[in-house]
Amino acid sequence: MATQHSRSAARIMMAPAVILLLGWMLVPLLMTLWFSFKKYLPLRGGDLGWVGFDNYVRFISSSSFWPSIQATLIIVGGVLAITIIFGVLLAILLNQPMWGQGIVRILVIAPFFVMPTVSALVWKNMFMDPVNGLFAHLWKFFGAEPISWLSEASLQSIILIVSWQWLPFATLILLTAIQSLDSEQLEAAEMDGASPLSRFGYITLPHLSRAITVVLLIQTIFLLSIFAEIFVTTQGAFGTKTLTYLIYQRVLESQNVGLGSAGGVYAIILANIVAIFLMRIVGKNLDA
Amino acid sequence: MGQIKLESVTKSFGPVEVIPPLDLTIEDGEFTVFVGPSGCGKSTLLRLIAGLEDITSGKISIDGQDATHVPPAKRGLAMVFQSYALYPHMSVRKNIAFPMKMAGVPVEEQNRRIEAAAAALNLTDYLDRRPGQLSGGQRQRVAIGRAIVREPGAFLFDEPLSNLDAALRVGMRLEISELHKRLKTTMIYVTHDQVEAMTMADKIVVLQAGVIEQVGSPLELYRAPRNVFVAGFIGSPKMNLLTGPEAAKHNAHTIGTRPEHIAISQTEGTWSGTIGVSEHLGSDTFFHVKCDGFDDPLTVRAGGEVALKYGDKVFLTPDLTQLHRFDAQGLRIA
Repeated sequence: MATQHSRSAARIMMAPAVILLLGWMLVPLLMTLWFSFKKYLPLRGGDLGWVGFDNYVRFISSSSFWPSIQATLIIVGGVLAITIIFGVLLAILLNQPMWGQGIVRILVIAPFFVMPTVSALVWKNMFMDPVNGLFAHLWKFFGAEPISWLSEASLQSIILIVSWQWLPFATLILLTAIQSLDSEQLEAAEMDGASPLSRFGYITLPHLSRAITVVLLIQTIFLLSIFAEIFVTTQGAFGTKTLTYLIYQRVLESQNVGLGSAGGVYAIILANIVAIFLMRIVGKNLDA
Repeated sequence: MGQIKLESVTKSFGPVEVIPPLDLTIEDGEFTVFVGPSGCGKSTLLRLIAGLEDITSGKISIDGQDATHVPPAKRGLAMVFQSYALYPHMSVRKNIAFPMKMAGVPVEEQNRRIEAAAAALNLTDYLDRRPGQLSGGQRQRVAIGRAIVREPGAFLFDEPLSNLDAALRVGMRLEISELHKRLKTTMIYVTHDQVEAMTMADKIVVLQAGVIEQVGSPLELYRAPRNVFVAGFIGSPKMNLLTGPEAAKHNAHTIGTRPEHIAISQTEGTWSGTIGVSEHLGSDTFFHVKCDGFDDPLTVRAGGEVALKYGDKVFLTPDLTQLHRFDAQGLRIA
């Protein structure tokens, strides 16, 4: 890629992909911004003209707005905590030589291949159903009163379901990171008198910090927009209405595209605030 | 203190016996080198002594105390690894402090020992750097520093110089030898390089396939190799080994003569041949001479300024007082 000629050729050849991706991003963004300044009710008169910042004021002053932000952050935070803690532990476990390692690794990854809608329905009907669910049977076996999970512990249930889906991702990334740890380092630490716990704290965990950062950032992007799990379980009831779900309700249930678009812009702002905080906290781990 | 004694130690990985029963005593303060070709079990033996591998049977004692089942950290040994195994996220200072921190040494004492080790190893200016910012030789010194501050009964080195370039290797070889002279601590050093073994060791242990072929001082091994393997392994370039009728003339199955013990002449000698490749080192010249009646060319050492070249006819005369004779089992005939 040294000569002037090859550099301009490279630019021309990359252009279609760049233009396509740019359009893919810009068109929806601009349409969202466009609609957010309009009163647009598809089934009740259609485009009713410009309204300035009306939609923004209405969206933020709704009684559902701040609870939805709270629910979003609790779910994201809860899932991140569970997947990273258990991901590290599982990765260490799977890195031990054991019989049937290949099969166990595939099994651990399996939940990631299940569609969110399907897994949420399986959890809802087979595990968490207060009458027929496995958990209800388990509770009854020990003589306890079954919990109706999705109404009494709705947020925790959603966190549990989503964590189950994302744990394989975290485990996989952390496992590959653990495998790249030089075993001589651990042996040196062992010779230096470090207990297994100190070896974990002083050698393994620092080695994993970069992988943990990657997991944290990627998962946050996807977790801010979880939808299917809420849609098929609580439908946003019992305090599980996230910002994404609130926008969905505004656009499709209330048929108010303008209001929903304003919510979309708020979602972009929220994602950026979270991103800034995350980069402040963990971004330095990505420096080589 | 650091006398290490192995009594009928064996090691098997599953059905494969890597080390058949082996006895060895390493005296306090001795610089012992384990040398042998790749896969001869020398690194495994070192790891058994360190406690990083469990022995299958036998007994290891350190200073007369049974250490067979003592965990690595409690054996009072410090190890320097081939890859240095420095902790990449810690500064040099923290790397060196790590074993003391684990042992709960007071901070003032830690700092005193770090300063002393850094001064001894020329690391004072680098204490706040990360290992990734150091050169290979500096990393090697940090690894040694981390071993020194523990004030161990013995140092274990696992091919510590094999990742360094040739010039640095010679320098570090000297530094480690000097360190041994100064500390007078037992050192066990594993290498596949017989030059390192010859230059550094008080005692060389030659290993092949987990079996000790010979133990002795460098010159003992050079003068009187116990068998054909040791004869071929110790000395550089390799000893010339001849079998067949030429050996039979000396009542042996195999005879060996070192390149430095053959005289080369253009007029007369025992064997006649043609010069093949010659390697001019300045101080010495090594000729590979294809002799009539022998399968393999003989290596011969001559002075640095010998006017012989490819294709010249020459005559060779071995120094019969320096001839090594071996029987059909490969053992030395006295």
